[in-house]
Amino acid sequence: MLARTADNLYWLSRYVERAESLARILDVALRLATLPSAYAGTSNEWESAIATATCRDLFYETHAEATQAAVTRFLIAGPTNPSSIRTCIETARNNARAVRTAITTEMWEILNEAWNDIKRLKFESLNSKDLARFLAYVREVSLRFDGAAYRTMLRTDHFWFQRLGMFVERADTTARLLDVKYHVLLPEAEPVGGGLDYFQWSALLRAVSALNSYHLIYRQGIKPWLVADFLILKPEQPRSLIFSYENLNRVLDLLADRYGRQGPSQRLAWQIYAGLQNQDGDTLFQTGLHEFLGQFIADNNRLGLAISEQYLQ
Amino acid sequence: MAGPAAFDEMGGIDAPPRPAYAEIAAWFREASPDMIANRKAEAEAFFRRIGITFAVYGDEEGAERIIPFDILPRILSATEWQRLAEGLEQRVQALNAFIGDVYGAREIVRAGIVPEDLILANPAFRPEMTRIRPAKGLYCHVAGIDLVRTGPECFHVLEDNCRTPSGVSYMMENREAMLRLFPELFSKLRVKPVDQYPEDLHATLRSLAPATSPGEPTVVVLTPGPYNSAYYEHSFLADRMGVELVEGRDLFVRGNIVYMRTTEGPQRVDVIYRRIDDEYLDPLAFRPDSTLGVPGLMSAYKAGNVTLTNAVGTGVADDKAIYSYMPEIVRFFTGRDPILANVETWRCREPAALDHVLANLAKLVVKEVNGSGGYGMLVGPHATRAQCEAFAAKIRANPENYIAQPTLALSTVPAYVEEGLAPRHVDLRPFVLTGADRVRIVPGGLTRVALKKGSLVVNSSQGGGTKDTWVLETDPPEAGPGADAPAPAQNQTNG
Repeated sequence: MLARTADNLYWLSRYVERAESLARILDVALRLATLPSAYAGTSNEWESAIATATCRDLFYETHAEATQAAVTRFLIAGPTNPSSIRTCIETARNNARAVRTAITTEMWEILNEAWNDIKRLKFESLNSKDLARFLAYVREVSLRFDGAAYRTMLRTDHFWFQRLGMFVERADTTARLLDVKYHVLLPEAEPVGGGLDYFQWSALLRAVSALNSYHLIYRQGIKPWLVADFLILKPEQPRSLIFSYENLNRVLDLLADRYGRQGPSQRLAWQIYAGLQNQDGDTLFQTGLHEFLGQFIADNNRLGLAISEQYLQ
Repeated sequence: MAGPAAFDEMGGIDAPPRPAYAEIAAWFREASPDMIANRKAEAEAFFRRIGITFAVYGDEEGAERIIPFDILPRILSATEWQRLAEGLEQRVQALNAFIGDVYGAREIVRAGIVPEDLILANPAFRPEMTRIRPAKGLYCHVAGIDLVRTGPECFHVLEDNCRTPSGVSYMMENREAMLRLFPELFSKLRVKPVDQYPEDLHATLRSLAPATSPGEPTVVVLTPGPYNSAYYEHSFLADRMGVELVEGRDLFVRGNIVYMRTTEGPQRVDVIYRRIDDEYLDPLAFRPDSTLGVPGLMSAYKAGNVTLTNAVGTGVADDKAIYSYMPEIVRFFTGRDPILANVETWRCREPAALDHVLANLAKLVVKEVNGSGGYGMLVGPHATRAQCEAFAAKIRANPENYIAQPTLALSTVPAYVEEGLAPRHVDLRPFVLTGADRVRIVPGGLTRVALKKGSLVVNSSQGGGTKDTWVLETDPPEAGPGADAPAPAQNQTNG
């Protein structure tokens, strides 16, 4: 396969996944913003949203304060934001257009439709209800795209590069969501697991569609260290880091088999996966979740670069 | 402008149909207006969907257009096609020999047939090619020859397209549409299929692999990218051949060998079906500002390690001034009279011809020697006196740049237009594939139709549409069903 085609497929799914992540980040913020501050704490949810989306500096270049209106507009369609939901969908569609014959008609139609819908939307006039509906729509686009890819693509390297992009991006998002929450929720004075952060953690779980499954798995109230365990180490949880790495390894192995050679990305992915397998939730949480997540995000980035160098150029 | 003299290939709207059209004419005459409206709507829906595929590649929604499609097919009998095919093969054989001669011994110049300055001053002439001999000595591997018709036996070549002729995807999509919409017609008539074109093209390209190519040759289609108006066709052909559709940046040259960047590392490329113009192919050899091409491609080509299809410099043969010499060129290189006639052509560079053209401007069609797409031309009978005078000034200022032809009574085929079924002028672009092994011509081609009443210009940029082109497997009986006697109305002389 042409390296450019693989590159397009890889980035195409990264951008779709990223659009979904942004929608989930805004979802958390929106939910917390509706809570009285006695429950939600004093932290600014909109501030944490731009932090999670890693565009705080860019945001403050053009804005003085992180208000709901400013942050939602910035993350959905900010003209100076190169990574807004709108540009993610647009870039995904452009990538898809460039490899039109490498994806299926179903996948193309979902992206093309989404792009046409988003183009028409008037973001200035979105009220909270419209906003919630729009965020649900973006998540649905991503679900449908993923489903279409899963159900219609041939299981060749085309499909595998599509999956690689999705899992690298998803691992990054989950790690960032956790990290920012952890930071925000644990100001120096506040003890871990204090009453205040209950709603914060449950909002986070809800935003990654994991609130019910949390209860199913743990059968007890929401404990921050269990949330971390759930989203980092539980292979049953499809947004957990370990789930992404299980899949990344499987897909990279399939590529290595097909091409008859292992490379730096296979080695790195196994290292990261082994690191996750050797962790346990309690110690992780007590000894420094932030350091761990920071390291993970850096490692995950290195894997992205390794994949790019090995296959996409 | 059609005038009463225009020959209608079906035989007219109400008159008895010509034999090849008998079944179709009967079917369309019996069909209820509702059914016709339905099928037309279905056809539009089909093309809109294809159009969506096309729209995928357009940069702005406004720029995305679907070329109108007419549901009444254009039909050629087996005998008519047989003769056309022979003529096309002869013509393309002569074109290939001519291009080889232009970049080689130039015997046709020495024989005093084609003036040398016409070749050397031609902007499409590539001096580099005098030092390069392409694989198997062939230059024009994919040719699109534009034909017009003025009578039952009178086909003329209007234009030879030797560079990167397009339209073949329309030929195939038109057939696809007709098969879906009118399956019952295909069960009545045996129509020669066209869907082998991508396979034929692939076989042609493989046969042209350079001698240095190791093993099974790797073929690619080289496109300028998604913003090119023919991108749909490029991806369509790559897809149907099962080869990679590459852009310049996917290729690189090392040690005079062309490679493409793949997920498994560099892979050697042997044959490039390039759909970009000569001057963009290689920034080191031609336009240095070209980002579409591949640096070093020409030196790999020169070293004989890659085949470019079509060869570089073929444009020298499809210039309208060279066109006027084609009958002599065919005779010179094939030793036979041309099977397909040229349209009578006056070269304004010749003083006597110039006088004739200027004196008869209102009756002539004047074209720029290097123009295409129906632009930069004057259709005398349709022009106002002021337009004629303005054009005359342009001709006088630069006579070399113009040729003139009589306005032909181009044949018509009925088409569904707003006021119902009405005769509309058509042309035909068959595609001729020349490989090292043999020549392949898919029966039919792209029929373009001028949908504006009386218009002779079939280009899609000027309101033209297309029709499916049917070549019948066997000739139909000469007259209506059951009649053994020769039909007096049908004047099918063999001339």
